[in-house]
Amino acid sequence: MLQSIVHVCLAGLSQGMFIWLVASGLTLIFGVLGVLNFAHGAFYMLGAYFCYTVLASLGDNFWLGLIFGPLFVCAVGYFVERYFLRYVYHLDLPYQLLLTFAFVLIFDDLVKIVWGAGSIGSPTVPGLGGSVSILGRMFPTYSLFIIAVGPLVALGLWAALERTWAGRVIRAASSDREMAAALGAKVPLIFTGVFVFGTWLGALGGGLAVPYVGLLTPGMGEAVIIEAFVVAVIGGLGSLKGAFLGALIIGLLSSFGTRFLPTFDMFLTFILMALVLLWRPQGFFGEASR
Amino acid sequence: MILSLVEVNTYYGTSHVLQDVSLGVAQGDVVALLGRNGVGKTTTLRTIMGLTPPATGGILFNGREVRAEPPWNKAKMGLAYMPDDLRIFSDLTCEENLDIAAYLVKRKGYWDKKKVMDLFPVLAERRGQKGLNMSGGEKKMLSLARALMSNPSVVLLDEASEGLAPMIVRSLAEAIGTIRSHGMTILLADQNLKFCRRVCDRGYIIEKGQIVHEGGMEEIWQDQEVVNKYLAL
Ligand SMILES: Nc1ncnc2c1ncn2[C@@H]1O[C@H](COP(=O)(O)OP(=O)(O)O)[C@@H](O)[C@H]1O
Ligand SMILES: [Mg+2]
Repeated sequence: MLQSIVHVCLAGLSQGMFIWLVASGLTLIFGVLGVLNFAHGAFYMLGAYFCYTVLASLGDNFWLGLIFGPLFVCAVGYFVERYFLRYVYHLDLPYQLLLTFAFVLIFDDLVKIVWGAGSIGSPTVPGLGGSVSILGRMFPTYSLFIIAVGPLVALGLWAALERTWAGRVIRAASSDREMAAALGAKVPLIFTGVFVFGTWLGALGGGLAVPYVGLLTPGMGEAVIIEAFVVAVIGGLGSLKGAFLGALIIGLLSSFGTRFLPTFDMFLTFILMALVLLWRPQGFFGEASR
Repeated sequence: MILSLVEVNTYYGTSHVLQDVSLGVAQGDVVALLGRNGVGKTTTLRTIMGLTPPATGGILFNGREVRAEPPWNKAKMGLAYMPDDLRIFSDLTCEENLDIAAYLVKRKGYWDKKKVMDLFPVLAERRGQKGLNMSGGEKKMLSLARALMSNPSVVLLDEASEGLAPMIVRSLAEAIGTIRSHGMTILLADQNLKFCRRVCDRGYIIEKGQIVHEGGMEEIWQDQEVVNKYLAL
């Protein structure tokens, strides 16, 4: 029994950390730019495909793919922000949603054109491909790696935002972009930078998913982005702390759900979201109104 | 003139707020922009800062045409702004609010964190407090101090004396005296004639988006007709 619970917890943690990686970029972009970026799931998908392509062309080295793949996606993110998104910041939310949703469709089709509509099998990771024995049962090493990466990313983000000058400027611009501009902050540049960085987080999630999901499919971003949205909403839109906590809860819940109530797996997630929102419409750490 | 506006017209959407506003501020002067609520004082300062850019007209700063410059460039050229709603970054501490201004614009000059804390000792007491948890009066001092941190050559102060107890208004007047004694030029949008009389050399009166009167501050103070027509409540 203990063995089973520990394993379910570990599986839940790794799943949660995955959702966190995707939700972190989404949350950062919303928190600073005030834009709900539907295309974030597409960046995740592109991250996976670019990682795959890079690693396949560099002698199946997963780590090279993980380092260089997301950089291509950053270039895509730059293009999206600099030439499109920037022009809808002052418009209402529906326009921003329409624009970012258009990019989801465009990128899905581009992936079909470039990589084909079929799935691409994915590689194993040198060094992390095996399993380790935990309480007498095998657990994938790669999942343990993901469990470690999640908090590292969280810690890095926290330190960058709280302890560096760039972070203070970003916090200032996100709480009052006009005043930040009047004090000398080149706000459009900051927004581009944050968007590209958020894109990189999403693409990193996608790259890390390559060995995890087993299959790459166009549209693979959609399932993940829905969970990331749930997490971002219950954590409080724009709150990284909330997204981290939300991701842990959703990860564990869905892992226990899969194990003990398999028919209600996804259902549980949404019930939880509904309950949290009834109790606190702004989510765990959200501001009461934005 | 270190700062001058030449026939500036500013719109909010289709509403024509500033109508051919011209004014000049000489180096080292403290100049008042007086007028009742809603006549366009805030809009004038926002227009100068580049937050609400004008449709037509000229803004000359240090002899340069800066009408089309974005606010961050103006800050780097030496303009600073204290908005009427203070706009303290609520997520940053008192000290971080000061640090960030000095970090964003690095100009040499008299003012630094220690100097502004000497000017407003309460800021030293509250240094670790988040902006969110500061009182209205503290925020006002912080917003003014933050404007000084970049060592601007001209500061624009919007409603500096508004909402303060009479005793605090007096110490604010003293602080403004200290600030000008270190060579700063100040444009002050205010409704408090007594306060302006104490700190300003000259004044402009604005009414419905147009400059209707200008003169020495003492002269405006004495002119019952002008005061009754444009300033009395
Ligand atoms: N953001 C805005 N949108 C539309 N109209 C505005 C806006 N801000 C101010 N106004 C209008 O512009 C006029 C001048 O306002 P303002 O410059 O704030 O006056 P003051 O600072 O002298 O009280 C007012 O009639 C006000 O209603
Ligand atoms: Mg005003």
